[in-house]
Amino acid sequence: MSKMTRRKFLSVSLAGAAAGTFTLSGKAIGAAGFTGYPDGMGVLVDLTRCIGCRTCEAACNEEQKLPAPAVPFDDHSVFDELHHGGTQKRRTDENAFTVVNRYEAGKEGQPAYRKIQCNHCNEPACLTSCFVNAYTKTKEGAVIYNSKVCVGCRNCMVACPFRIPAYSYSSAFNPVIRKCIFCYDTRLKFGRPPACVEACPQEVLTFGHRKNLIKVAYERIRVNPGRYVGHLYGENEVGGTSWMYLSGVPFEEVGFDTTLQKEPILANAQAFLSNVPMVLSIWPALFLGFHRLATRGGEGAEEKPATEKREDI
Amino acid sequence: MKSLVKTGYRPVDSVADEGSGRRWSFLEKLLLGLTLREYLRQAVRNPLNWILGALFAVGFPLIIYRFIFGLGVVTHSSNDYPWGLFLGFGLFVMVPLSASGFLMGTTVELFGRKDFKPILRIALLNGLLGYFFAVVYLLCDLGQPWRLPYPMVVAWGTAAVLFLVGWHVATYLTVQILEVSEAFFEWAQWPMAKQFIKKMTIGLTIAGIILSTLHQGALGALFTYAPSKVHPLWYSQEFLWIFFFVSSIFGGLCMVIVVSSIVKKTMFWRADEAFRENLDRLTIGLARGSSMALITYLTIKLLGIAHDNEWAYLATGWGQWFSFELLFGVIAPMVLFAYGIRNQRVGIVRFGALIAVLGIALNRLNTAIIAFNWNLYQEIPHIFEWIIAFTLFGLYIATYRFILYRLPIVYSWKKVPVEAYAKATEKVHSHGAVAQPSTVSREMR
Ligand code: SF4
Ligand code: SF4
Ligand code: SF4
Repeated sequence: MSKMTRRKFLSVSLAGAAAGTFTLSGKAIGAAGFTGYPDGMGVLVDLTRCIGCRTCEAACNEEQKLPAPAVPFDDHSVFDELHHGGTQKRRTDENAFTVVNRYEAGKEGQPAYRKIQCNHCNEPACLTSCFVNAYTKTKEGAVIYNSKVCVGCRNCMVACPFRIPAYSYSSAFNPVIRKCIFCYDTRLKFGRPPACVEACPQEVLTFGHRKNLIKVAYERIRVNPGRYVGHLYGENEVGGTSWMYLSGVPFEEVGFDTTLQKEPILANAQAFLSNVPMVLSIWPALFLGFHRLATRGGEGAEEKPATEKREDI
Repeated sequence: MKSLVKTGYRPVDSVADEGSGRRWSFLEKLLLGLTLREYLRQAVRNPLNWILGALFAVGFPLIIYRFIFGLGVVTHSSNDYPWGLFLGFGLFVMVPLSASGFLMGTTVELFGRKDFKPILRIALLNGLLGYFFAVVYLLCDLGQPWRLPYPMVVAWGTAAVLFLVGWHVATYLTVQILEVSEAFFEWAQWPMAKQFIKKMTIGLTIAGIILSTLHQGALGALFTYAPSKVHPLWYSQEFLWIFFFVSSIFGGLCMVIVVSSIVKKTMFWRADEAFRENLDRLTIGLARGSSMALITYLTIKLLGIAHDNEWAYLATGWGQWFSFELLFGVIAPMVLFAYGIRNQRVGIVRFGALIAVLGIALNRLNTAIIAFNWNLYQEIPHIFEWIIAFTLFGLYIATYRFILYRLPIVYSWKKVPVEAYAKATEKVHSHGAVAQPSTVSREMR
């Protein structure tokens, strides 16, 4: 709850400050208002069950009406793909909102697989960094995007700690951000799980209320402690995410960033943002005061000869 | 121009030609009092024009190409590296180098240091053009540039740092246009408009300080959104915005030193005595100011490392690169300034300022591009991206020079010699007592 009040406070004070400076109406107050989502849904991804069949990729492709991929979904050679000098595995892009990668991390040379997509953060960095409010966190927990207002600054891509949003660089006239939207329009809104969850043959993906999923996850760890590394990734990372992961191998070995902070990304900019109203209110008086002090007792008393010619009128 | 001046040519610097008393027409003012042929001839003789011409010949078609086929064809910007040179150089380097406007405005107008007046206007112009071109770069980089006004009118992402940057750069640009317009109104002879602006000077200057403090810092705060992407040595949650703000102080001042030195070397004919005679002394003054900011910056940089306890990183390759940035961009100028100021060696001071400017550029490029995604892979910008970035910079130089040639920036606009003016207008004025025919009273600045 404290998170909400902080965000609300922040947006209100900022809007107020902005309105104050530019003498605009205060109607923007609450524009970034935080509604909260006690009923937020989520997905628990149990990596120990994933066999890398890519059925979820295919289901996503169909549901989101994405173009057919260069390599068909039953072709597993994509797992050998490496980019940027052999350092990078596949990632989400404008035509693939979810991607499965293979890692040689399993015990006895068994590969491990990981599905990635937008994690639908509780307090998303993409949302808080966007200066036109193109992102919305819905009460169902999805982080959706409005291409109608997006300016294309790509700050959200800089901010997302999971490197999820992709951009249609090839479009000249209507480039937009592309990412998983939790099948919000077609499914989540109606209480149905996203396409990938329904399609997965291995029950890797469990759809449900986020708070229940946390219980389910810890129950699985408790019942089968040898199977899991004992951490629920996404429970607390960057303020918590709607999609959370269980893994049998250390998370960093399957491509997760395990150095992420617990606080939402917004908290980092807060020290600066909270200075803003201060500067706006203190600076004018302070510098006017300096001016009075500096110019009292005869203006231009220290003028040098060369400038005397250019006197003020 | 230099050879023209040798033949006795005097560029336009007053309302009317001093010899004949004839009023300059607008076109003549635009051509600096030359005929079109003379003007073109001197333009062709200037080697810089050849370089710029060649650059534009390649660059402008590429810019058009970018707008027809999208960012993807001219940049290597990718889903991992959303920001390339257009923002890395155009926004993050240009903006700190343009802090000069608010710094000199504050010095002269608020702190009453009238002795800095001869370089006030060049500092204001430097600020205005730097910001203006930062916006031009931004327009080139935005996916949908025509939506640039959206954060102002359509949708308010009030909690975003970028929202602050957008608003402040926009309003500050307006402030700077007003500040520089004083010179324009003198040149265009709209005294009423000038008086109007003059009345607002203090207000504008204070607005400038507020807006600058905030958005210079905000540019740094933007990177606090990417804690896991910027290398820890360049990242500091608490200090990043202060780093950016403090370094913009010497960035802006040093940029004025660099630009005014170039003017002194290449546009001597355009400067008046006030500028020529005071420049060396004022350069030392600017260097003094920069030294203070440099020392502050170095201290807080070290504090930043200590605060986040990042000493171990210094032993890595990134640490060497970081140390190089500090040695080259901060400590070297400090030493050069200290030596130059003590021995009154202006040349050394100028060299130090150039290094400091390059140092700022290096720091911003490091933060935005090089140390960004340090644990992923390095991205080398596309060749077209370089060319477009250089083209826009060439355009910046050309605009800069175009304005300096004409508006009273490094010289002061003279009042009409009254008698001559009377002769020209064939009207008898009773102002005889005000000025002797031969004296030229300077109009206010
Ligand atoms: S994972 Fe990235 S894109 Fe998805 S909600 Fe979080 S910050 Fe936004
Ligand atoms: S690219 Fe679009 S959605 Fe992303 S921050 Fe910029 S305006 Fe917002
Ligand atoms: S459909 Fe299920 S098992 Fe197949 S790759 Fe996707 S998550 Fe793994």
